[in-house]
Amino acid sequence: MAKRKAKASRVRSESSSKAAKNSTQVMTYDDGEDELLEGDDDDAVISASEEDEGGSDDERKHRKLLEAISALGGKKRRKLAERSEASVQVSEFAVSAEGAGEKISLSDLLGAMDQTPSAVKSTKKQLQNLESCKDTLELPLSRQETEKIQRKVAFEKTSKDVSQWESIVKQNQRAEQLVFPLNQEPSGPKPVEHVVVGWKPRTPLEMEVFSLLHKNMQPINDPLLTPMEEASLKAMSLEEAKIRRAELQKIRALQSYYEAKAKRERKIKSKKYHKVLKKGKRKELLKEFEEMRNKDPAAALEELKKMELARMEERMSLKHQNSGKWAKSKAIMAKYDDEARKAMQQQLEMNKELTQKLALPPESEEEQEPEETEVVPDFANDAQAAADPANPWMMGKLSAEPAEKDCGGDDKESAVENTQNEEEREPEGDEEEENEEDVLLREFDEKRKSRRPDDDALAPPFQVDKEETEGEKKEEPVCVSSEDEHEGEVVSEFKSLFQKLLANGHESTVNKGTGQDAKESDAEEPALLDEGLSRVRSLEDVDELLGQGLVREHAEDVAEVKEKIPTTAEETKNERTDKRKKKKILDLNDVLTRDAKVISVPLAPTAIGEEEGEGDQRMLVQEAFAGDDVVADFLKDKKKRVEAGKPKVVDLTLPGWGEWGGVGLKPSRYKRRRFRIKVAPPPPRKDRNLPNVIISDARESSVAMHQVSQLPFSFEKPEQFECSIRTPTGHTWNTQRTVQKLTAPKVVTQLGSIIEPITRDSLDKSKAQTRGKKAPDIVLASAGAEGQGPRKGRRKAGENNARNLRNPRRRAIKRTK
Amino acid sequence: MTREGKYVKYVSRMMTSAVGVVFVGREEKKKKKTTSKMADAMGSKPAETHVGKEKRKSATKRYWQNTELNDPVKTEDRNHEKDSENHETSENKTERKKKRKHGPQGKKFISGKKDPFPGPAPVPEEKIRKFQRGQTSIVANDMFSDGSEILKSTLKDAEETSKLATEKAARFDLLLSEDAGFLEADEGEETCTIAQDDIADAVDITSGTKYFNLSLTQFGPYRLDYTRNGRHLLLGGRRGHVSCFDWHSKQLMCEINVMETVNDVKWLHSEAMFAVAQKKWLYIYDNTGIELHCIRRFNDVLRMQFLPYHFLLATASATGFLQYLDVSVGKQVAATCTKAGRLDVMAQNPYNAIIHLGHPTGVVTLWSPNQREPLVKMLCHRGGVRSIAVDKTGTYMVTSGLDRKLKVFDIRAFRPLQSYFLPAGASCLSLSQRGLLSACTGDIVQVYKDVWGTPVKKPYMAHRVRGAVWGAQFCPFEDVLGIGHGEGFTSMIVPGAGEPNFDGLDSNPYRSVKQRQEWEVKALLEKIQPELISLDPDQLCKVDRATWEQRHQERVKQLGYDPLAKEKFTPRHKGKGRSSSGNIEKRKRQVAHEDQRELIRQTVEEKLAKEKEIKEKEKKKAQQGQRSALDRFKK
Repeated sequence: MAKRKAKASRVRSESSSKAAKNSTQVMTYDDGEDELLEGDDDDAVISASEEDEGGSDDERKHRKLLEAISALGGKKRRKLAERSEASVQVSEFAVSAEGAGEKISLSDLLGAMDQTPSAVKSTKKQLQNLESCKDTLELPLSRQETEKIQRKVAFEKTSKDVSQWESIVKQNQRAEQLVFPLNQEPSGPKPVEHVVVGWKPRTPLEMEVFSLLHKNMQPINDPLLTPMEEASLKAMSLEEAKIRRAELQKIRALQSYYEAKAKRERKIKSKKYHKVLKKGKRKELLKEFEEMRNKDPAAALEELKKMELARMEERMSLKHQNSGKWAKSKAIMAKYDDEARKAMQQQLEMNKELTQKLALPPESEEEQEPEETEVVPDFANDAQAAADPANPWMMGKLSAEPAEKDCGGDDKESAVENTQNEEEREPEGDEEEENEEDVLLREFDEKRKSRRPDDDALAPPFQVDKEETEGEKKEEPVCVSSEDEHEGEVVSEFKSLFQKLLANGHESTVNKGTGQDAKESDAEEPALLDEGLSRVRSLEDVDELLGQGLVREHAEDVAEVKEKIPTTAEETKNERTDKRKKKKILDLNDVLTRDAKVISVPLAPTAIGEEEGEGDQRMLVQEAFAGDDVVADFLKDKKKRVEAGKPKVVDLTLPGWGEWGGVGLKPSRYKRRRFRIKVAPPPPRKDRNLPNVIISDARESSVAMHQVSQLPFSFEKPEQFECSIRTPTGHTWNTQRTVQKLTAPKVVTQLGSIIEPITRDSLDKSKAQTRGKKAPDIVLASAGAEGQGPRKGRRKAGENNARNLRNPRRRAIKRTK
Repeated sequence: MTREGKYVKYVSRMMTSAVGVVFVGREEKKKKKTTSKMADAMGSKPAETHVGKEKRKSATKRYWQNTELNDPVKTEDRNHEKDSENHETSENKTERKKKRKHGPQGKKFISGKKDPFPGPAPVPEEKIRKFQRGQTSIVANDMFSDGSEILKSTLKDAEETSKLATEKAARFDLLLSEDAGFLEADEGEETCTIAQDDIADAVDITSGTKYFNLSLTQFGPYRLDYTRNGRHLLLGGRRGHVSCFDWHSKQLMCEINVMETVNDVKWLHSEAMFAVAQKKWLYIYDNTGIELHCIRRFNDVLRMQFLPYHFLLATASATGFLQYLDVSVGKQVAATCTKAGRLDVMAQNPYNAIIHLGHPTGVVTLWSPNQREPLVKMLCHRGGVRSIAVDKTGTYMVTSGLDRKLKVFDIRAFRPLQSYFLPAGASCLSLSQRGLLSACTGDIVQVYKDVWGTPVKKPYMAHRVRGAVWGAQFCPFEDVLGIGHGEGFTSMIVPGAGEPNFDGLDSNPYRSVKQRQEWEVKALLEKIQPELISLDPDQLCKVDRATWEQRHQERVKQLGYDPLAKEKFTPRHKGKGRSSSGNIEKRKRQVAHEDQRELIRQTVEEKLAKEKEIKEKEKKKAQQGQRSALDRFKK
């Protein structure tokens, strides 16, 4: 069909032009091309129908002619069908049923619409769409489904509504206290401002006055000025303000001029200009200073001080030392470049000048002496004793220096040597002026080298002569000698001895080393100290151990200790505490036999004498033996406890089960392993690190009865709960106010007052408040309109609203308690 | 419930009783201030609302603001005057600056005076620390990290209230105006050489009268006891003489002879009753000397201690029994056989009401009425223990033994702190409220200051009495040490011994009879049950872990999962393309890596520690093995 259509169109286009030709052709191939003609005819018919309206008369005539001609042929006369039903082929004469089997497409029908204006086009398009979509219409949803959807929508809507209240409800839940009815006016006197602000004009006269005031922007609460007015009144008078303004203007102008000038000058690149400028400045300064000296010596002095300060800063900053980038580069260049050399020299000079120690007015001759002899060495930059006490850096050094001086002749000698060196160096420099650069370079090197030892000098002097160390020792004899003594006291190795004793149960009287020995060995000082600390047994304990024979000595030892201790006690204590921190596990013997500090008592006991007189020796012996016994017993006891605390292995093997049983037969190893149930080890004992302590591990059930075993809601871990109940609430531990606050009820209702349910406008209010922080707290007119009196303030009001909403559904409750 | 917060108690009580009014006033003031601040905020606003924004521009432009319009001639004229005014203006300027500075914070409202120091006065940090309980923020912050909203808010609230409580308490600490001082010697003089007579002469008359001697030679060495408020004194002579009196006024309340050996005497909760441990039984008398009870269940009592908050009388007998008598109901609470022989050394820990017993084996045992065996056994001395004293805060225990040593222990950790050697040994230890220690050697009473801190070399004070000392006790709230000895009783002045500030509602030395009765009722109402005695008095406010643990396990079983288990890490959704699957994976891996690192670190540390231990052991072994006989000369 489509093919034919295409053909038809083609034919149509050609038909008009080749009409004549066609006719001839038809004529010639009449018979053979019958079918074709038929088709052509078809086309012609269709085209006729198509181009019905716009069709030309010529064509029609032509066709008629053609038909007529064909009819004339008579050979194959078309038998015209009866027109019984709608057919494609519509002839004037009969109705053909030829196209009956074919469908009529909408587009065929609408073909005519092509020419019609756009109004029809839209419908056409719709129709086309309809045509293209081939789905059938869906069935309407079931009742359940529709209801479900409705419910969903409704839920969404209500949840949105309800969620508005959420914040308020939450607030109320969290509020420390809710007082019903909410939104109460606070009782008691109100401040004036509240009253004034809340005032509202009522009578017409008042209104008029109010509006007038409004217009003129006068403060409404008349007797009181607005804060702004007050502030401005306070601020300044008119004249003052003017003056000030003018002043400020002038200053500003001047400043801008100055800035401009400075900017311009700064941009000048000429070195010469700057040099001249500097020189000029310096001269001016000098002149000024001279003048000042004459005029105002005090000011001059101040100026001098300033200069001194600058010098000090310089010395500290080491700006002009040859350590900078620039200086280093110059140092390299100095060999070749004259100017660089000069610059270097200049800088060095500057440095020297700046770091020169100023001669102070001599306070005493003794002090003056060293200063006279002192020649500032090259490495003077490494801060020496400063003249100015204001400088903390210098102070720090100062304290170190006198010590060195005190050291005696040695130091002086070295100083002399130093100066000699200097002197030697200087003539050298004079001689070899021609190779200045060498000198310069050497100076640098020396400086660099000399700085290092100086740095070392700050640290404890290791490389100093022996004599010097001795001198220093003399200076601080306290610490050193006391340490020695301390060693003498504790160094002995009794502890290990005692351990062996305990462990092996046999006595050994090996005594390693005496205090005196240790005293002499200076070299092993630190190690000995450490060891001494771990071995904390005094001489007397050993004596106890060694038995009766040594008891005599004991007294002497004690006496000795008595002498020594007062000086060392403090230090030993300090050391010991340090040690203790490090050492976790205590030693039992350490505990029992830690060397005790002997206390001297001014009054000798009289009664004691007789008590002890009867058997001093005997008692001592008893003590000695009793002690050992006590320790052993205690250890045994503890061991027993520990053993008892350990869980026992449960043995479930049944002898003879699946095996031969009988006397002397053991169940197999496999079975023993299988049926022995090992229990998990118990938690570590609390006293595992304390040898002298046995802590009972029995659980205290009496307190557990009163303890909380189930956490209240919202707590997840015990720590949280414990933390929350940490603070006691009673008045024994708290101030009155705190107690009141801590024990305040969560909800308070007033007797006889009506508690209204929460309303929507309170919600809106709270919303507005939370939304606009910039919105005025109090609107005079509106506040009046609301008729609520003064509000308390943003936060408070918000809270109140929140409280209002605690239970939105609650009906009004009248409390009649 | 515990006496942990005893010190706070003073403070709060003082506050409530004495100067509460002042503070109430202050708080009211504060409140006012805040409200008026709001008022100011309101006050400034109306102009805005009335005028509206557009109008406001013109409104703010007041007459003094149109200076631009002024003619220049006038200003020039003023310039001449300027110089003369210059000084003034400069001054004014500074003032103005100040005003401006203070403007916004200072005065906020129209009426009333302005506060130059707005807000509450700051409280020093160390004072706050004094009243703090437990670790505050660390624990809390840790907890805030996870958990529900409600939990967070409750924890936060709790934190805030505790902070408030501590701050308030610290603020009122300044009401404890009294301060303790010590004796100070001149240069080259020792405080221990200053004689009591000199002190008594030097101090005011009232204090001077606190040094006195009672010569009671007839009935042998005396034991003594002060009431808790330090007002009344009870003396018990070994040969039966019992007397009690108000030692401030020296007014005798009663004096009797029980015609029996008296081992110990003890006041009960108030000065109305006292217990006397006589040769056979325990007797209770009232303050007129009338025998109220003879308790036959308590036989051969040698030493007694009274636990005031529990109303328990603890007795230690020669038969080795430790017994507790509830004096409020007259019932024996517990009787424990210590199996340690004669018990003649006894002390109580005022912090947790634990009884300390000293034994001839050098062991000190700690007892509570709830446990049949000692809570703790400590080997303290190599000889027998002669005396024990525990300090008020329950931190330190001082013991003296037959090995003539005086030792200080940290009783919380059971670790030794100090050890002293007293050539003559010490007995009758007693600790004062401020931590002074009295030790008696024969007929000499020595008082030491700060024995647990820096090691002492010399006693703070020393005094010789006439006979061998039998009992010594510091008087509460007084700088007095009472000494009972063979020749009677001596009251010795020890400056700095007593707590200068007393709690008027707890132990008031100046209370009337009515007040005492009131107190008695309250104390009985607040009585702590003996079951609550344990080493850690805070235990009550802790969760019973064992039970909780068990319950939790059950819950886990029921639920099939652990609700408290650490949640699996789910990366948070981030916007802007940073939640790409690659990124999420990366983040997950980071977290996993961190966890693993932590784990590895722990294991490595453990391993290293173990290795070190092993090495040390080996070293020791090697050393022991290598030691030759000549080694001893090496060092």
